Amino acid sequence: MARSDPLADRLFGWLAKAAALLTLGLLIAILVSLTISAWPAIDKYGLGFLTRTTWDPVKQDFGGLVMIYGTLMTSFIALLIAVPVSFGIALFLTELAPAWLKRPLGTAIELLAAIPSIVYGMWGLLVFSPVLATYVQQPLQAVFAGVPYMGAFFSGPPVGIGILSAGIILAIMIIPFIAAVMRDVFDVTPTLLKESAYGLGATTWEVVWTVVLPYTKAGVVGGIMLGLGRAIGETMAVTFVIGNFNQLDSLSLFQAANSITSALANEFAEAGQGLHQASLMYLGLVLFFITFIVLSLSKILLSQLKKNEGGQT
Amino acid sequence: MSRGELLLSSTASEQARLARYTQRKFVNRLALTLSLLAMAFGLFWLAWILFETVRLGVGGLNLATLTQMTPPPNDAGGLANAIYGSFLMVLLATLVGTPIGIMAGIYLAEFDSQGWLAQVTRFVNDILLSAPSIVIGLFVYAVVVTRFKSFSGYAGVMALALIVIPVVIRTTENMLQLVPAGLREAAYALGAPKWKVILSITLRASRAGVLTGILLAVARIAGETAPLLFTALSNQFWSSSLSEPMASLPVTIFKFAMSPYENWQKLAWAGVFLITLAVLGLNILARVLTRSKT
Amino acid sequence: MNATSATPAAPKISVRNLDFFYGKFHALKNINLEIPEKKVTAFIGPSGCGKSTLLRVFNRMFELYPEQRAEGEVWLDGENLLISKKDVALLRARVGMVFQKPTPFPMSIFDNIAFGVKLFESPGTTDLEERVEWALRKAALWGEVKDKLKQSGASLSGGQQQRLCIARGIAIKPEILLLDEPCSALDPISTAKIEELIVELKSDYTVVIVTHNMQQAARCSDLTAYMYLGDLIEFGTTEQMFFQPTRKETEDYITGRFG
Repeated sequence: MARSDPLADRLFGWLAKAAALLTLGLLIAILVSLTISAWPAIDKYGLGFLTRTTWDPVKQDFGGLVMIYGTLMTSFIALLIAVPVSFGIALFLTELAPAWLKRPLGTAIELLAAIPSIVYGMWGLLVFSPVLATYVQQPLQAVFAGVPYMGAFFSGPPVGIGILSAGIILAIMIIPFIAAVMRDVFDVTPTLLKESAYGLGATTWEVVWTVVLPYTKAGVVGGIMLGLGRAIGETMAVTFVIGNFNQLDSLSLFQAANSITSALANEFAEAGQGLHQASLMYLGLVLFFITFIVLSLSKILLSQLKKNEGGQT
Repeated sequence: MSRGELLLSSTASEQARLARYTQRKFVNRLALTLSLLAMAFGLFWLAWILFETVRLGVGGLNLATLTQMTPPPNDAGGLANAIYGSFLMVLLATLVGTPIGIMAGIYLAEFDSQGWLAQVTRFVNDILLSAPSIVIGLFVYAVVVTRFKSFSGYAGVMALALIVIPVVIRTTENMLQLVPAGLREAAYALGAPKWKVILSITLRASRAGVLTGILLAVARIAGETAPLLFTALSNQFWSSSLSEPMASLPVTIFKFAMSPYENWQKLAWAGVFLITLAVLGLNILARVLTRSKT
Repeated sequence: MNATSATPAAPKISVRNLDFFYGKFHALKNINLEIPEKKVTAFIGPSGCGKSTLLRVFNRMFELYPEQRAEGEVWLDGENLLISKKDVALLRARVGMVFQKPTPFPMSIFDNIAFGVKLFESPGTTDLEERVEWALRKAALWGEVKDKLKQSGASLSGGQQQRLCIARGIAIKPEILLLDEPCSALDPISTAKIEELIVELKSDYTVVIVTHNMQQAARCSDLTAYMYLGDLIEFGTTEQMFFQPTRKETEDYITGRFG
């Protein structure tokens, strides 16, 4: 009557462990294969690749500064817009919204995150950029014309493509991610802590600013880093509107430019084997590296908050 | 202090307190108004994007779009091969990625969940979850396309599967952790072996959540373009063979939208509408599923 | 700590010098007692005294958690189950357990009962149906569920779910039944039904029940063990324990002066 399955148990456990190891192996495999593919470019340029601006497939001479600048600048603009807006949305969802409104509004924001990036890209190019050109860029250019330093940012053709355009669309894309994390961390602030502040006569804003925010600051920064990580790696939305221009002539935000992801999207499929492809792979490796560091920081900060939360209750 | 002086000084401090409080109230009002505006800001973009997608896409959606193949510029045609390619690759990627993701999720939740392998895997998995999908495309290119010397549907499937796996791992682990210890213990108490407890009881108890995770993964890869750009590439004609380049909806949209041809742009909008419909539909379905089980 | 009283029949379980640890915490201290066959033995004592811990040693449930360990001897049918090399699943098939909270499996009522049976036997469909009916009858649940065997186990009321769990435990025909505060999550009427059930079950099974409800112990059990902070203070027939306790600590607990 008795029958048991130690073999089946061992096999099952082994399979599960193998699946987990696969994930680990994937990360290593990505790093290794990218490095190998990028090797011709790494070998030729070393770290200087990151500061060269030439990008000449004909002369087979490459440098990644234009793309790196494009990636960093668009992400910076995206954060500039997204962080305060996300904070406002999280504040609204946790403190202001009546209970019946919280769920539908939260869902609406999450749907914004679900929209595929190609939709953002196409909408950005065909709907948003003409509007941006007419209502934002041209007036900005008129206002800042002739102003030293600031004017340089707003020179260039106001046709709705370029770094500013890409940055704004990226901002809209990452708002739901940052807002969701902020809302979640605001929600875990102990009610008792908030009530103590309210009990002293503090206003809602004061409670958030002086109690909730300091309590959740690790989580808030973690959420921002998560948004940054997404912005850096975003491809399609940026590719449509950034202009695919491989030179860094001016500081203008209106000028066509390139980011790492848009350069890869536009050029990789037809890139010649050899130095061109290797340089693109090198860019991909740099991108993966930056994202890895940003996302690791985000994870560490978010788990920091979990630890504090455990200690405080 | 005389009583009069006391009264006077208290009125003065009272006034100061009132003035200070009015200012604080103002700051509070301002902050809350700004947060309301931020919410409206977010909703505004959602509404605008969805509105334009529907407006510009619905017009291009007719029987021809669904049944005819992608045309050369300025010719009539449809998106049939792109739709089919997307459908096939998404389906296969889900079939390949889901079992791996579930097994890894099971490892994280049920086997040595505080051990070093589990902790490192969790960390790495969360990174892969948010990593740029174009890098996945590069990886598959380097490993598959260069080896077999051709772009193929298989490469596209592999790239998409690598995106499915982290999503499924995350949701499976979270859902399994929610199952109460008592349920597992009751099964062990009957003498069930570990693998049976996990598959027949724990996984079963969390099946709604796990299914939701799979739906979300599908929604995610249905809209992904970057990983297909240099793996499956694209194909102007009908391809049912996975070892050749395969058309997909997102890549076709990319090609058509960036072009100056009007008929191509119209088809691109129709494609965008279809994708948005599918993705949002899956998301809402996933939500309904979680709501009905809790 | 040695405390015995009249246990004439051969003991089913013999506990000797048992110590139990949660990490560094010494939860059970040198327990010695003998559980007689086909009787109901109750473990009583205030929260944290170790009664559930002791119960969970009998089916080695603690082995699921790496920081818990037991030292000593627990003899069942001539074998020390703590050091037995046999597969623990075989042990658990002989020692059934019902928990504090009802835990119906996410499947139909029929499948809930059939699950345990199918683990170790390969019955034909009719045999399976018979066994399910038999178990449900024994648990006094058959009348209430016979028309809805295909419905989910979770669709039953709390008291019914607990009886389902008891039926599930009986269906595999164990020799010993361990009940860990089976009525604590139930209303008084369901509790009464289950207490009746417990008294009936002892004609076929050795029953050990943990309860924080002294009156329940007095009603259902033949023998009672009083525990406090990991020590076995006194163990004897229920009558003797409740009316003529030998130790003052026992008397204080029973009369409500303490705990």
